[in-house]
Amino acid sequence: MATRQNWLMRNHKLFEKNTFILLLGILIVVAIGGIIEIVPLFYLKNTIEKVEGMRPYTPLELAGQQIYVREGCHVCHSQMIRPLRDEVERYGHYSLAAESMYDHPFLWGSKRTGPDLARVGGKYSDEWQKQHLIDPRALVPESIMPPYAFLAGRPLDLTMLTGEMSALKTEGVPYSKEMIARAADDARAQAGEDYDVEALRASYDAIAGRKGTVPVRDFDGERGDPSELDALIAYLQMLGTLVDFSTYEAADLSNQR
Amino acid sequence: MAASVSGSQGPDSSTLMVGLVMIAVLILGISGAVNAADWAFGVHAGMFAAAAAIALAGLLFWHEQTDPPQRFDPKIYEEGIVKAGIAATMFWGVAGFLVGLVIALQLTWPNLFYFPDLGWTNFGRMRPLHTSAVVFAFGGNALIVTSFYVVQRTCRTRLAGGMWPWFVFWGYQLFIVVAGTGYLMGVTQSKEYAEPEWYADIWLTIVWVAYLCVFLATILRRKEKHIYVANWFYLAFIVTIALLHIVNNLSLPSSWAASKSFSAFSGVQSALIQWWYGHNAVGFFLTAGFLAIVYYFIPKRVERPVWSYRLSIVHFWSLIFIYIWAGPHHLHYTALPQWAQTLGMTFSIMLWMPSWGGMINGLMTLSGAWDKLRTDPVVRMLVVSVAFYGMATFEGPAMSVREVNALSHYTDWGIGHVHSGALGWVGFVSFGAMYCLTQWVWKRERLYSNALVEWHFWIATLGIVLYITSMWVSGIMEGLMWRAYNEYGFLEYSFIETVSAKHISYVIRALGGGLYLLGALIMIYNLVRTARGDVPADERRRKPSAPSLQPAK
Repeated sequence: MATRQNWLMRNHKLFEKNTFILLLGILIVVAIGGIIEIVPLFYLKNTIEKVEGMRPYTPLELAGQQIYVREGCHVCHSQMIRPLRDEVERYGHYSLAAESMYDHPFLWGSKRTGPDLARVGGKYSDEWQKQHLIDPRALVPESIMPPYAFLAGRPLDLTMLTGEMSALKTEGVPYSKEMIARAADDARAQAGEDYDVEALRASYDAIAGRKGTVPVRDFDGERGDPSELDALIAYLQMLGTLVDFSTYEAADLSNQR
Repeated sequence: MAASVSGSQGPDSSTLMVGLVMIAVLILGISGAVNAADWAFGVHAGMFAAAAAIALAGLLFWHEQTDPPQRFDPKIYEEGIVKAGIAATMFWGVAGFLVGLVIALQLTWPNLFYFPDLGWTNFGRMRPLHTSAVVFAFGGNALIVTSFYVVQRTCRTRLAGGMWPWFVFWGYQLFIVVAGTGYLMGVTQSKEYAEPEWYADIWLTIVWVAYLCVFLATILRRKEKHIYVANWFYLAFIVTIALLHIVNNLSLPSSWAASKSFSAFSGVQSALIQWWYGHNAVGFFLTAGFLAIVYYFIPKRVERPVWSYRLSIVHFWSLIFIYIWAGPHHLHYTALPQWAQTLGMTFSIMLWMPSWGGMINGLMTLSGAWDKLRTDPVVRMLVVSVAFYGMATFEGPAMSVREVNALSHYTDWGIGHVHSGALGWVGFVSFGAMYCLTQWVWKRERLYSNALVEWHFWIATLGIVLYITSMWVSGIMEGLMWRAYNEYGFLEYSFIETVSAKHISYVIRALGGGLYLLGALIMIYNLVRTARGDVPADERRRKPSAPSLQPAK
């Protein structure tokens, strides 16, 4: 034992007497784990594959997602259904990696102070979402969710969408130049205003690979320019709806990689 | 030995450099405020410009007021920055605890503590304010101030870099203010403990690199042959946090004058990179850095050497090697590939050993001085913090096991776990260090009142116990309720039933947090009186050298 101790103490002097050898040693030791765990994720099939139905967010949904982030909804609501019996029964099919492929960054969350929202789309009516956001305890008396009445009637800022979609395009989200140029009009069209709905639907459905992925209606029930509430409800109502699980086969060989 | 870094011909070169950086920040801030694409960016750009203007005025004033020989005298320790750091640590601590109490009350009585007209006070915006205030503002200042004190003493030299340590100190405070006001304005990247947006991240990178340089340069001009063990931990903390911060925050702003940016990574890749960052913010910020405090303040306070030097070496290298792997345990049963989850779990369990190595080394340092647990309440606070460290680092590996995690993840159990670490370990070790530092840098015989330290200790300990037990109850309860089935094979409870079942636990949690805040307020009173040199009435007639409490015979 004594010789071992001496060996350790003797050789460790190298680090204790040389600042930069200590620094280098630390850097090498802390780099190993991260490299081994992270790098493969950029190459493995099941973490980079695309599943039929997935498409980038429409401008209105993207604006809604940013309101979701701004208000910190992800602090209390997860968007990641685990393949556990009770979760699949409560929330729906477990979440696939591909379902967050266009989220920069992911919004899986880490805490369920409120229920999971990965498949909340279509679960409640627009009017329910609206009333619930304005005053959660009016619909669910025991709820502890904050009220978001200020979103109603606050006009959505459509001027930022072009820059935001361009940044996402640079990072690999398949927005075309036309989709970016039409961003504000597409947002108005999806919120039920009199704009070109067909162009909006055609371009996003084309990437999804199936029809009917873009719901178009007046989400907040108030005429005029889209409000922040329109955008947030549009986002909530599409969550988890893109992949058609009536046709998705988990056991299919292409999904077993 | 390396030569002095600040140079011999002009001690003011560092001041000049800091001044030039401030001029650059002023110009960028003004142009950012003028061209801002959104409201929040304009406010923040203006904040940077105002801070730079104040800093420039301060530098000029300081330059006029001091004589050149007094500036950065290498024979004198820099203690002004330690005093400022103690004040900053306690200020942000109380601010963070207060916000924590408010959001705990919001979840307990939503009708009383939510204001429909004040959306910025909602839980979603205040929660990151709380976490950042306690982790980065309170914890970060504690780390910066103790590292600046410890590195000077253990290297027997003044802090290197002249004005740069002050740049680090004030630059870090500016980062905190920008980050915190950003959350209230809705500026966030959404990633836990990495919420600040791109421009705040760039600023923190500059400040952090300056911090690393000051720390390294001070070690380089040490008058001791060996680098003391506390400094290994500080160095590992500083350099690894730099690495984590830069990689996790790679992002592209939507415009160079807009507050919104998009992470370079998406989906599952961004999830793992975030939790590689997030868990090692715990591992290197909240563990390695605070272990450095243990390795200096406990031996110093009890006047005994570190128990085992060999254990220090083994546990240092194994801790930093293993911690990095543990991140995926935050992503069990998610879309992250299972091999990565298993690696994260395996290394989390292995992590138990180096963690307890540190705990044992800290506790056993009291060998031959255990009586100080009874006579010095500051020692008791430091020792109990190490005990909480041992408890949290046992609970953590347990929760990282996939089957346990299936129950504990997404629940209040996680909240309880981080608070046994944050309140018990990080909080208490910081309090202990601040008690010591206040006494030492203001050159006082003793603290103003050991009795008030006793009060602080017991009130805060009671607060922690209420906090973590109530969260165990609510977390395990909701986890079990979510998966409960009735005799017909249907889910037994709706989600909202699990929410209302937690109400009592939330009341107790808020009470615990309130007690912890009260303890910190008592501490501030005690520190202020100590710094002023006040001696309590019942001790005035005693000889200064007599111990405040006589052991019973």
